[in-house]
Amino acid sequence: MAGALTLEIATPERLLLREQVSEVVLPGASGALGILPEHAPLLTELGPGELAYVPEGGQRKFIAIRGGWAEVLPDHVRVIATGAEFGDEIDVKRAEEALKRAEMNLSSAKEDLDTVKALNKMRRAQARLETAKHSGHHRP
Amino acid sequence: MPSLIDIRRRIKSVKNTQQITKAMKMVAAARLRKAQDRVLNARPYARLFGEMLASVSAAAGASEEAAANPLFAVRDEKKVQLVLLTADRGFAGGFNTNLIKAAQAFLNERPGQVQTELYGKKGRDYFRRRHIEVSGELTGVSENPTWDIAHELGQALIQRYTAGEVDAVYLIFNEFKSVLSQQVILQKLLPIAVIPTGDSAPPPARDYIYEQPPADLLNVLLPRSVEIQVHQAFLESAAAEHAARMTAMDAATSNASEVIEKLTLYMNRVRQASITKEIIEVVSGAAALE
Repeated sequence: MAGALTLEIATPERLLLREQVSEVVLPGASGALGILPEHAPLLTELGPGELAYVPEGGQRKFIAIRGGWAEVLPDHVRVIATGAEFGDEIDVKRAEEALKRAEMNLSSAKEDLDTVKALNKMRRAQARLETAKHSGHHRP
Repeated sequence: MPSLIDIRRRIKSVKNTQQITKAMKMVAAARLRKAQDRVLNARPYARLFGEMLASVSAAAGASEEAAANPLFAVRDEKKVQLVLLTADRGFAGGFNTNLIKAAQAFLNERPGQVQTELYGKKGRDYFRRRHIEVSGELTGVSENPTWDIAHELGQALIQRYTAGEVDAVYLIFNEFKSVLSQQVILQKLLPIAVIPTGDSAPPPARDYIYEQPPADLLNVLLPRSVEIQVHQAFLESAAAEHAARMTAMDAATSNASEVIEKLTLYMNRVRQASITKEIIEVVSGAAALE
């Protein structure tokens, strides 16, 4: 494998991460994207989902992404996220409650319901729960 | 001539005031540090975003679809939206006054054409008394300038602009230049100035794979860039406010010291004068007896 990738994740509030990694899996808007070093330049929108990365010589880690964009260069991955959280930062109880609320909202079929927004909320909550669960497995 | 007791009372009261201004200065300094961190933390996001926007607009620049984006549309400025960011509290030197002056000048230039969005108590209170058209107001932003507030405001502005309610959107806020200086900035948010694809800074011509068509991507990125500008302004303004308050309170504290010094000198002089007078009375009384 040639070299490594620099993974940068920035949110409006902070620079979440800047690390050398050997692999990244991005939650693309239209499906997950696995990125290895020397990937062709790529620009994509990200959906709410889970980003996984493998730090050089380390174990796989997970970050929940709320949406945003990613720019992939042969030696660089830049994630411009609206919001992002490390797996072990996630408040599982709150995420569960948010998921329940979103599901109730969706099934209530109110007339003024913004379906896209509600769906997005649900997917965000799901992504956060997934990430928290995964991180729990990998972080003893 | 004021009595000794009166002067002592004055000194005491100035000392009390000084203690308050000193405390306010310390609080402002602590808050300033936090606000400055926030500005610094937000920079990487703005930088990465700017770089990406440049590459995307370079790729989409050629297409007509991208140039026709409603956020680029320049119209006659018949109705203008103004967003004014002021502080919620005073005691910050010229911070709020300068902002309000700039906003008032802006309004005078365009009589009857401006609707305002007032963020911050000071600006709201000033313009509420003057019966101008207000489209919205919010307080408590400078305490906690979160992304969500910026996002919401940005969305509202874009919606009004694309719906044709307003023909341009301006923002007035204080920029944090340094701890000692703030500058009032009048910034045009919408329409977005066409991104220079020209010679000044040629973005690296990379042959990207686009998961989404560049023009579509641009449609999402442009509104976001407005929101980022709003957020950046919130953060700058919060840092500037604390810096202004800190400097103002520092000046007030040293002014108080000066006043105390002067009063103490005066008090001593009064005391000496009264002693001298008493001595003279005793001496002249004794002399009269001889």
